[in-house]
Amino acid sequence: MDRIPILRMGEFLLVTIQVDMHDQLALRLQDDLTQAIDKKGAKGVLIDISGLEMVDSFIGRMIADISGMARILDARTVLVGMQPAVAITLVELGLSLPGVATALNVERGMQLLRNTLDKADADSALER
Amino acid sequence: MAKKNSISEALANRRDDIQSQWTGELKSSISTSAKGRLTSAEAADQAKQFLDLLHPALQTLQLDDINGSEWSDVRAFLDDLSKRRVLAGFSSDETAMFIFSLKRSLFDALKQEFSGDAMQLAESIWQVTVLLDKLGLHTIKSYQKSREDVINRQQQELLELSTPVVKIWDGILALPMIGTLDSARTQVVMESLLQRIVETESQIAIIDITGVPTVDTLVAQHLLKTVTAIRLMGADCIISGVRPQIAQTIVHLGVDLQGVTTKANLADALALALKRSGVSFTKH
Repeated sequence: MDRIPILRMGEFLLVTIQVDMHDQLALRLQDDLTQAIDKKGAKGVLIDISGLEMVDSFIGRMIADISGMARILDARTVLVGMQPAVAITLVELGLSLPGVATALNVERGMQLLRNTLDKADADSALER
Repeated sequence: MAKKNSISEALANRRDDIQSQWTGELKSSISTSAKGRLTSAEAADQAKQFLDLLHPALQTLQLDDINGSEWSDVRAFLDDLSKRRVLAGFSSDETAMFIFSLKRSLFDALKQEFSGDAMQLAESIWQVTVLLDKLGLHTIKSYQKSREDVINRQQQELLELSTPVVKIWDGILALPMIGTLDSARTQVVMESLLQRIVETESQIAIIDITGVPTVDTLVAQHLLKTVTAIRLMGADCIISGVRPQIAQTIVHLGVDLQGVTTKANLADALALALKRSGVSFTKH
């Protein structure tokens, strides 16, 4: 069975979805990703969906779920490179993905992750 | 029961009388209503062409059904005539009068032809009336169809005209919306804006609604959808040009615009967008 590769970049995990998702693949990714966050102690997850041309309500919810799970495991999720057609579909499905950070491309996504982590660090330093 | 081909014979015999009388009537109606949109020579020419086509169609004896293939030439001529009259700015009744004004001349011809036989005359006149009514209705139908085509084309052009996405700074797009927002237009606007965001990798999109006359719940919902889609793509959205009246309506309607940045005018929105992208100006 095929699976979506999860790459590690420093304290971030990089997931690039290049094929059209089917439900099994999505569930498998959810499993793999949560385990990878746990094992590698990742602070941020970057999901690149620029290759994703089609979504349904299941995949849309899965994306929101992954973000929620990562959050509980203390990692921020940024979704990058969403295609216009995918964005319109998600909005029409009523899935506005609240709480999921988004960016136009991988570069900006990385920047956003670093910024939020720096800010989180600064906040915790202040608390101390 | 009158023999049907006797009508076509009668018309063939009296062809010249009919044409000259009909042309005369067309001319007089043109001089009162058309005023320069159609010359009397053109009208006479059209009358001649129509009679040329009518005669072979009558000979086929299919007087009840003008939708058959025997009448296709006549129908094509009337379609073409209606289309041209639509473009010239004629009204529907003026266009239909082209056919109905033929009645008088045809009846006169039949009267002379069957002067000795009242039954024959009545029957023929009835058949010709039915036929001409059908042709007249067909003319009106194709007149309306031509007009709807014109309206559809204009609607399409309006749709394309009214949704320009402008790049006003590196990484900043502006979309000045003009006219009422309906579902179809919002869809087009949303698609072209999202497409341009991908192409230009813009971080910020400004939607200016100065030109939107009214905002109701539906329009507000469309705006919110667009804003959400933009956010999903990873860009920010600012709505500008909210007039006091519209601000009041939005609050009265109970539309939740929380989480959406709104500005009173485009200048403020641009200033905010520039500030967010780290651009600053100094006066000299």
